[in-house]
Amino acid sequence: MASLKNFHIDFLGKRKLAMVFSLALIIISLGSLMTRGLSFGIDFTGGTLVEVTYQDTVAIDDVRDTLSSSGFEDAVVQYFGTAKDVMIRVPLKSDMKGAQVSEKIMLSLHEKQGEFVTDTDPISKQQTCSADGQRQVCQVQMQRVEFVGPQVGDELANQGGLAMLYALFGILAYVAFRFEWRFAVGSVAALVHDVVITVGVFSVFQLEFTLTVLAALLAVIGYSLNDTIVVFDRIRENFRKMRKETPLNIMNTSINQTLPRTILTSLTTLLVLISLFIFGGDIIHNFSVALILGVVIGTYSSIFIASPVVLSLGVSRDNLLKVKQEGGEETATP
Amino acid sequence: MNKYPLWKYLIILAVIIPGFIYALPNLYGEDPALQVSATRAAIIDDGTQQQITSALNESGISFSKLQKQENGIQLRFKDTDDQLKAKAVVENELGDKYTVALNLVPATPAWMEAIDARPMYLGLDLRGGVHFLMEVDIEGAISNTEKRLVSDLRSGMREKKIRYLSVSSSKKDGILVVFPDIERRAQGLITVEDDFTSLSAKEIESDGKPALALKLTEAAKREISDSSVKQNMTALRNRINELGVAEPIVQQQGDNRIVVQLPGIQDTARAKEIIGRTATLEIMLVDEKNSGNIQAALEGRVPVGSRLYRDRRNSPILLKKGIVYSGNNIVDASAGIDSRNGSSVVHITLDARGASINQRVTGENIGNRMAVVYVEQKSVIKKDEQGNVVIGENGQPARVKSRIEEVITAPVIRDQLGKRFQIEGLDSIKEARDLSLLLRAGALAAPIEIVEERTIGPSLGKENIRTGFLSVMYGLLAILVFMVFYYRVFGIVADIALVLNLVLMVAILSLFQATLTLPGVAGILLTVGMAVDANVLIFERIREELRNGVTPQAAIHSGYDKALSTIVDANITTLIAAIVLFNFGTGPIKGFAITLSIGILTSMFTAIMVSRGIVNKIYGGRQIKKLAI
Repeated sequence: MASLKNFHIDFLGKRKLAMVFSLALIIISLGSLMTRGLSFGIDFTGGTLVEVTYQDTVAIDDVRDTLSSSGFEDAVVQYFGTAKDVMIRVPLKSDMKGAQVSEKIMLSLHEKQGEFVTDTDPISKQQTCSADGQRQVCQVQMQRVEFVGPQVGDELANQGGLAMLYALFGILAYVAFRFEWRFAVGSVAALVHDVVITVGVFSVFQLEFTLTVLAALLAVIGYSLNDTIVVFDRIRENFRKMRKETPLNIMNTSINQTLPRTILTSLTTLLVLISLFIFGGDIIHNFSVALILGVVIGTYSSIFIASPVVLSLGVSRDNLLKVKQEGGEETATP
Repeated sequence: MNKYPLWKYLIILAVIIPGFIYALPNLYGEDPALQVSATRAAIIDDGTQQQITSALNESGISFSKLQKQENGIQLRFKDTDDQLKAKAVVENELGDKYTVALNLVPATPAWMEAIDARPMYLGLDLRGGVHFLMEVDIEGAISNTEKRLVSDLRSGMREKKIRYLSVSSSKKDGILVVFPDIERRAQGLITVEDDFTSLSAKEIESDGKPALALKLTEAAKREISDSSVKQNMTALRNRINELGVAEPIVQQQGDNRIVVQLPGIQDTARAKEIIGRTATLEIMLVDEKNSGNIQAALEGRVPVGSRLYRDRRNSPILLKKGIVYSGNNIVDASAGIDSRNGSSVVHITLDARGASINQRVTGENIGNRMAVVYVEQKSVIKKDEQGNVVIGENGQPARVKSRIEEVITAPVIRDQLGKRFQIEGLDSIKEARDLSLLLRAGALAAPIEIVEERTIGPSLGKENIRTGFLSVMYGLLAILVFMVFYYRVFGIVADIALVLNLVLMVAILSLFQATLTLPGVAGILLTVGMAVDANVLIFERIREELRNGVTPQAAIHSGYDKALSTIVDANITTLIAAIVLFNFGTGPIKGFAITLSIGILTSMFTAIMVSRGIVNKIYGGRQIKKLAI
């Protein structure tokens, strides 16, 4: 098959355009974050989430009515997947112990069907109910319950923010050690760019921001950096080889040389992420969304953000050669 | 050129062969099994084993294997049908001193078990089950201890005939003992210093009277905190044992939290009911003298030294203040049938301290009633009159604690009681069982509250395994096809490296028995996607070199050489992110970080060393004109 070869695209010539584009996205993201905020999942807000599956299709309003007559007027009820699968969300309640909420919800849903749970079938793994003295598969099957108390929610939000900072600092330090501080600033600028825009998309479309999405963001940091490092590595190499060229030309050449790899790796990663998105089930749905977004934005930023930032910080051959000398390889003088 | 020395191939084999062996157990299915374990009142010995085997033989149920384990016996069966029948038989045979739990155990051959090769340990989101995070209320434990000390101080000084005016405790000042004069206070101080070493005393004046202000020492507080978490864990373990869960986990997390995991649990509502019960028991005496005039108490004129309670039918009952003994002193409680009249009873056994108190108090109170008070701690978010949430000083919603106190039974003391006695007059055997479970599980030393719960229904767990497996398969397949299509021979090499990488990851996860969660599966998949990156980097380099007119052999050599530092740099930075993730993460997130880190390390080995080894075998050491890349 024909390969992707010899690109000669003037990426850095378009850096102003890219900056404007990125700035626009960042402004939209920040604006949305400030006005609409994030649709935090119960991991952070606290509350209860119950997922049930009905044997037959069910009307959302019926479920809602059943719940409000049992004291859950503030329950958010929606389908997920099919008209048989229902997700119920209840905020923290003052008059009820958190862990009891899900029990009460399940009880009222079963009651509405005129049944009560007896046990679980060990083979089919389905809950068995008793209705009118008859043993049968429950009309409502509990799939998943999550309850997060207020103590835990706040802690997770704090830890998550801290984790993000630690990761960024760790990376800043490593890149500064391996390359030079201008490169470190460039890579971190690209990372912040990626995180802000990915979170921005979650805010604009009000996608649920959960703990796993936060984990995905940290993975995005790792991935996007991977991309950036590959480009930087080539830039460093070319600074040594192409002694007569301007930094701008060297950077352009480096980006073009690594472009086939950048495209291919993003492609293979996207392939598996799309597989995860389609087959992975709803628990990690938004997780794969965050990763897909992150990979696309990360690929873009390693080309259009990281290198231009390094360039505008005024990098020169001397900066990199000095590092090399400190590394000890070329200091041996007779 | 491009030849590997033999020892490099040996290293590769030395990693890959154990890799395959340790990944192998995952291919075997699971056997249905029964897990028989004893509750506190019973032991498992050869006799029990004999009992089980003969009972099963009699009913014509055959088991494939019987294994003695640390705390019980495990029986394997051919199919679930036999397993279910056997459960009924064994339960019937052994009675309620033992629990019989359904379980699925890996059907790994014996020689694999002998070298510790086991399948991966699946997290709750993959096998279904309940995860609780519980918080122990240390302040509650401390104030409970203070309350107990108040009553101990009273009896201690009475024994030494030291007259005092009052003993009281308050949250702010600790315990206050007021004496009629300074001499008595000095005597009191000696008693405190001799017998109550957990208290530090200060001499003060209270409303012009000499008094002692007593506070728990820091060391004592720390000890209370430690022991109440430990005691809660023990109590939780006992409660969980009653549930019949095969492989429960009860672990301390941080200073005052406990993680409880019940994999594959069949009845989640019941689990919650028993575990979520954050109750203590207090045994108190009924104020018989004033019970005739309960109406007065209801109107607010409660006699001094007594308090008004409600029983389960909501009728009022007057109890004397002061806890006689608490649920901590109860060693065992079991439901039974009274042989004389066939009614349901609960048999109770006390510890030494409880027994001596019981003997004294019941001896003095024959004909009176003794009440068992069930105390449940509840903590709710504070709201103002308009119903808005009140925010506390720390910026979080303020919470108020409330106590639900209920007299669960108040039997008449017929005789002087000691270490063993029984409660009669229960309505049904079910009620007796519930009560005995409550008493036996041991009252918890400190109030405990569920602060996080994650329950995955059994069918969703099964579904998650399926979807996880599917997404890895399809993702892997897409990449395998793509790489062959794009890099031809080198693509096949990369594919072999990729599959080996997956095998090694599974082997390492199995070997260390790290918990595999659904995000963990996502981590595996992400590493699959990113693992080819190293090969892409190398192959693109080789192509570049070829375009520059370098010979194929030299192109292979410099391709691998030049890509190396890039690959290492890129992977280390990803590893930094993964390690941060691991340190901050809880449960599922940790699973993701673990698989991601393992994948980064194994992929460096397979994509660089293994793929080079294969390429060298194919092309190394001979004249070639063209590379299939």
